[in-house]
Amino acid sequence: MSILTEFPSIDTETLRSLKKSIDAGFKNFSRNYGDNIESFFEPVRFLLIESEQFLINTPWPIIMAIIAIIAWAGSKNIKIVISVVMILLLIGYFDMWENTMKTISITFVAALLAIVFGIPIGILMAKSNFFQRVMNPVLDVMQTMPSFVYLIPVVMLLGIGKIPGLIAVVIYSIPPMIRLTNLGIRLVNQAVIEAADSYGASNTQKLIYIQIPLALPTIMAGINQTIMLALSMVVIASMIGVTGLGQPVLTAIQNQYFTLGIFNGFAIVGIAIVFDRVSQAYGKRIQESHGTINDK
Amino acid sequence: MISKPYIKLKNVSKVFGQNPDTVIDLVQNNIDKTELQNDYNHIIGLQNINIDIPKNKIQVFMGLSGSGKSTLIRHLNQLIRPTSGEIVVNNVNVTELNKKDLINFRRENFAMVFQKFALLPHRTVLSNTYFGLQIRGVKSPELENTAKYWIDKVGLDGFENYHPNQLSGGMQQRVGIARALANDAPILLMDEPFSALDPLIRIEMQDMLITLQKELKKTIIFITHDLDEALKLGDNIAILRDGKIIQSGTGQDIILNPYDSYISNFTAQVNRGKVIECEKVMKKLSKDAFSKVTIAKETKLEEAVRVMISNNINEVDVLNSKKKYIGTVYLNDVMASIINPIAEP
Repeated sequence: MSILTEFPSIDTETLRSLKKSIDAGFKNFSRNYGDNIESFFEPVRFLLIESEQFLINTPWPIIMAIIAIIAWAGSKNIKIVISVVMILLLIGYFDMWENTMKTISITFVAALLAIVFGIPIGILMAKSNFFQRVMNPVLDVMQTMPSFVYLIPVVMLLGIGKIPGLIAVVIYSIPPMIRLTNLGIRLVNQAVIEAADSYGASNTQKLIYIQIPLALPTIMAGINQTIMLALSMVVIASMIGVTGLGQPVLTAIQNQYFTLGIFNGFAIVGIAIVFDRVSQAYGKRIQESHGTINDK
Repeated sequence: MISKPYIKLKNVSKVFGQNPDTVIDLVQNNIDKTELQNDYNHIIGLQNINIDIPKNKIQVFMGLSGSGKSTLIRHLNQLIRPTSGEIVVNNVNVTELNKKDLINFRRENFAMVFQKFALLPHRTVLSNTYFGLQIRGVKSPELENTAKYWIDKVGLDGFENYHPNQLSGGMQQRVGIARALANDAPILLMDEPFSALDPLIRIEMQDMLITLQKELKKTIIFITHDLDEALKLGDNIAILRDGKIIQSGTGQDIILNPYDSYISNFTAQVNRGKVIECEKVMKKLSKDAFSKVTIAKETKLEEAVRVMISNNINEVDVLNSKKKYIGTVYLNDVMASIINPIAEP
C-alpha cells in the first residue's frame, strides 16, 4: 500500500550518482573549456569595462547632458527630459551616482546584446514555423526558470564577476526581444506582403523594405521589455559579483538596513522610469509616423 | 481584328484543400463545384479556364464574389500556383519558372493594383511610387524622377511627402496606380481597383484609366464585379461563375447575345444605349448620296438619339471609317434597342 502514500521514486543511491555524474561532467567541461569560453567573451568584457569607465570617469554634468540629449532625441518631449534630469539629480544628491552609472552600463550592454542576438532570432522564428516550434519551449524555460538557477552553470563556467553576471542578465532579458520581433513580423499586413511579391521582391527585400520597418513599433516594445527585465535582473546578478545598485540592496537584505535598501531600490525604479519613458515615447513616435499600422 | 494572344491560359484549374492532386481529374472532367465540396471536401477555385488575352487591350474578368476572378488574376503572376494547366505570358510558360526566375519575370512583366490599395504605410507617396523600381535595383535620382513623373500624371502633384493614411481612398488608389505605372511593366493587373471607392470617384478613376490607356497601350487585366464598369473599360469581357468562364466576348456581344439567364439577369440592368453601337441596329439601304447629318458606325445608340433629336430628324445615315455610307438608323429602332428586354423568368 505504500505505493499510494509514497511516490515511487528512483532510489536515493541512483539519484545521487546521477546528480554526481552530471555535475562531474559539467565540471570537467568547464575545467576544459572554461578558458576558451572566457576568451570568447573577451570583446564583451572590453565593451562592458569601457562603457563603465566612460560613465564613471566623465564629469557628471556631461553625462547628465548626454542622457538629456538622448531623452530629447527619443521622445521629443520636454516634460520627459525634465523628469529624467530631476531623477538623475536626486540619485546624485543621495550619493548613488557611481553605482547608478555601473548599473546603467551593464543594463546598456545587456540590452545591446539582447537586441543584437534577439532580433535575428526573432526574424528566423517569423520566417520558419519549424524554428518557432523549437524556440517556443526554449523561451518558456528561459522565462520561467527561477533566475537564480542559471546563475549556477554560468558561475561554474566563468566564475564570479561581471561577465557571468552579464550573461545571466542577457539570458533572462532576451525572450521578450525574440518573441516580440517574431510577433511583429508575423503581424505585418499580408496584403502589403502580397503587393511586394507581385512586384517581384525577394525575401531579403521584403524583410528590409517592409517587414522590419512595419514591425518596428512591436520591436521597440520588445526592446523596452528587455531593458526592464535587464534592470530587475541586475539586482539578482549582484549575488555573483555584478557591481552597481544591486550590491547595496544585497547588503541591505543581509544586514536589514532598511533605508539603504529603499534608497537604492528607488534609484533602480528611477532609472527604470527613465529607460521606459524614453523608449516608449520613441516607439510611439515611430508608430505615429507609420499611421495606422495594420490597416486592413 | 484579332491580334496574337499575349497571355494564354490552357486548361487552368485550381483546387483548394488538403490534397488537390487527388481530385484534379474529377475537376478536369467538369465535376460540379458543390458535389466536389460535399463529397470530396475540396473547393474549386478555377475549373478548366481557357482564354487568349490580346496585347495592348483591356481584358475584363467579371463575376460576383466567389466566382474565382481574384484567384484567376493571381495565377497570371503566379501569386497562386495552378493545380493543373498552363499559363503562357509573352511566350513564357510561367508555371514552369523556378522561384528566382519567377521573381525576375514579375519584375519585368507585371505591375499590380489592389482593391485595398496595399500601399506601404510607413512610406511617403513618393517612396511608395518608386517601390517597384527600387525592387528592380533602379538607383537615385532616376528613382525619384520617374516616381515624380507618374505622381504628376495621376494628379497627385504636391502630395509627394504625404503618408498614405493622410490621403483619401481615391488618392490612395491614385498612388497605387502611379506605383504600378512607374514600374513600366507591359502588363497591368488590376484587382477590383475601384471597388472600394465611392461612385463619383470611381467614375473619375475609370476616366483617368481610359485616358492613360490611350497613351500607354498596356495589356491590362481588370477585375470587377460591376458590369457597367466592365462595359465601360473592357475591350473584351469574360464572365466568371463558380470558377468557370461562362461567356467571353466584347461588351456588345454579351449585351446582345447573353449566353444564359444568369448573364441576361446582369445585362438587364445595363444602360444599353451606352454599349450598343449604331452598326448593330442600322438598316442597309442602297444609297449613294447621304443625309447632311451623319454618324460613325461606332457611335453608341445614346449618342445617335442625341444627334437625331438635336437635329429634329428621325433617321440618320451611318458612315464607316473611310467616310463611306454603310446604312441608316431609325429613331424607332434605336429606341427599341435601348429599352431593356423583359428579363426572362
